[in-house]
Amino acid sequence: MSILVNKDTKVVVQGITGSTAKFHTKQMIEYGTKIVAGVTPGKGGEKVEGVPVFNTLSEAVKATGATVSVIYVPAPFAADAILEAVDSELALVICITEHIPVLDMVKVKRYMEGKKTRLIGPNCPGVTTAEECKIGLMPSYIHKKGHVGVISRSGTLTYEAVHQLSQAGIGQSSAVGIGGDPIKGMDFIDVLKAFNEDEDTYAVMMLGEIGGTAEEEAAEWIKKHMKKPVVGFIGGRMAPPGKRMGHAGAIISGGKGTADEKIRAMNSCGIQVAPTPAAMGETLIKVLKEKDLYDSCHTH
Amino acid sequence: MNIHEYQGKEILRKYGVAVPNGKAAFSVEEAVAVAQELATKVCVVKAQIHAGGRGKAGGVKVAKNIDEVRQYASDILGKTLVTHQTGPEGKVVKRLLIEEGCDIKKEYYIGLVIDRATSSVVLMASEEGGTEIETVAAQTPEKIFKEVIDPVIGLAGYQARRIAFNINIPPDLVGQAVKFMMGLYRVFIEKDCSIAEINPLVVTGDGKVMALDAKLNFDDSGLYRHPDVVEYRDKDEEDANELEAAKYDLNYVTLDGDIACMVNGAGLAMATVDIIKHYGGEPANFLDVGGKTTVETVKGAFDIILADKKVKGIFVNIFGGINKCDVIAQGIVGAAQQVGIHVPLVVRLEGTNVEQGKEILKKSGIDIVVADSLGSGAEKIVSLVG
Repeated sequence: MSILVNKDTKVVVQGITGSTAKFHTKQMIEYGTKIVAGVTPGKGGEKVEGVPVFNTLSEAVKATGATVSVIYVPAPFAADAILEAVDSELALVICITEHIPVLDMVKVKRYMEGKKTRLIGPNCPGVTTAEECKIGLMPSYIHKKGHVGVISRSGTLTYEAVHQLSQAGIGQSSAVGIGGDPIKGMDFIDVLKAFNEDEDTYAVMMLGEIGGTAEEEAAEWIKKHMKKPVVGFIGGRMAPPGKRMGHAGAIISGGKGTADEKIRAMNSCGIQVAPTPAAMGETLIKVLKEKDLYDSCHTH
Repeated sequence: MNIHEYQGKEILRKYGVAVPNGKAAFSVEEAVAVAQELATKVCVVKAQIHAGGRGKAGGVKVAKNIDEVRQYASDILGKTLVTHQTGPEGKVVKRLLIEEGCDIKKEYYIGLVIDRATSSVVLMASEEGGTEIETVAAQTPEKIFKEVIDPVIGLAGYQARRIAFNINIPPDLVGQAVKFMMGLYRVFIEKDCSIAEINPLVVTGDGKVMALDAKLNFDDSGLYRHPDVVEYRDKDEEDANELEAAKYDLNYVTLDGDIACMVNGAGLAMATVDIIKHYGGEPANFLDVGGKTTVETVKGAFDIILADKKVKGIFVNIFGGINKCDVIAQGIVGAAQQVGIHVPLVVRLEGTNVEQGKEILKKSGIDIVVADSLGSGAEKIVSLVG
């Protein structure tokens, strides 16, 4: 088991003929992901890595039965690509594209209300269910099948955490990068809920960063509902106020959204927070041992 | 992106949002000319820098005649203003706004922001104008009123009215206040703002509702569709290194220390800054090379890092996903050969095409300390810089 995606998930790639999309389509297929279709308007009938390309998403879905899409479309057109995915009633759409104007996302979120499609991202590395299905950008070799769920606002920090876990013999169920934008699809709590219900996930690592209050809200939710241990990390302790640290969402404003505030909130809800990004893996291992879960999570 | 108050007011004026008459001046003579043109009893001479708190720092003066305009303009132009938002080094004033004075009866606060919790634009208002909204929020949260705006409908008339009545705008001026808010919302949406803050909004003795100050910030991701806004960019107000970095699509923020870092991904870049500090080092910058790295952008990143004379060591920390380690490695080698790197360089590569990347570095013969983890890399650079 796992969350969101697995070995049977049929995936369509929106914007498949772009160079980044081509490269990652190949990587995803090699990982074992079932990429069944691609979409680029005007390129219908072509093939990318043997995958048929369609002009419209609805056509692609009808022909292949895809239920999940991944978007590599350039920023000016990416919000429209999400709308197309929602209109095609996909179960999940994962938007990799960064720099989508925030007001475009405000409209997208409004359009999604009451619809069945769930969104991950934008500006995210995607989702990987170890050794089954990789959608997005994550480097293939770092994952190892196991029982720890990973959720993160940052792409490369996700890789770092997953890598540290795998190196220490701790496999993962699924790793989900929710993205660094202020307005996005699934947030920490949505993914935590999924991990809470997943039989194969025994513990969760949650990687946050400065800006907003999503970590604080997630900490409250964990305290009330989470049946599994959660370990955290917060990036940006050293960030100066008012500066946008790369991610549009990572900005400390009016003294709010600081790392210290988030760490305090997480600690007070019983979540141990790794003191440095190099100690994410070992902090989780320490907690697994405390909860007597280490043996069931460790593989050689 | 930030713009100056006078530029913000120019945009507001175009949308029918009431602002006092006034114009920018770049010299004392221009300031005097603008004041003569305005021909009002009282003029306000306002320093134009990208920071709040100008009044307290002596950057805003009320002049009662032309001589005073000349006096204040020459006092303020060229002066370094230090406010709570400029940092201790302050900012040099190079532009002024000369504006007609008005008879302020009461000050209010009106702001539009993006609210993460509701994924919407939110209109915020308070009758505690003139003070920072964060202070009002902390001390008297009941005095802040909010309206969540549906993007399909836009700001509805009843919402603007409700705000106007809630903050006790005089009943006969509610119509003007509603028009003001509607105009401000149109600016926010049509120009891709991230913040539009009017503090204070004033009601004057002669029964007008207008913006005495205007702070407009724009979503960088939306700038591609607003060339008119980009025109307003004032490079003097921005960090030279940050501007140079923007040319290569790099996210760069100057910090105070001596260890430069070059990382891919904002989250890992923040974490790298944190861990350098954890091992007792002082980071010189935050640098996220982004996701579309080429050999050229890596070289550009080295140029920017090496231009900073306080840099005594460099830590490259790359976990390739969308980026490929071999491309990064080629960039490092290219930069080392072209510009020469005379400070200790620690490189940690992991992720997509990592083996090819490591091979390129090894074959290059460049003096590089290779680290195999984030922690050991940070430890190494801190000890090398000492």
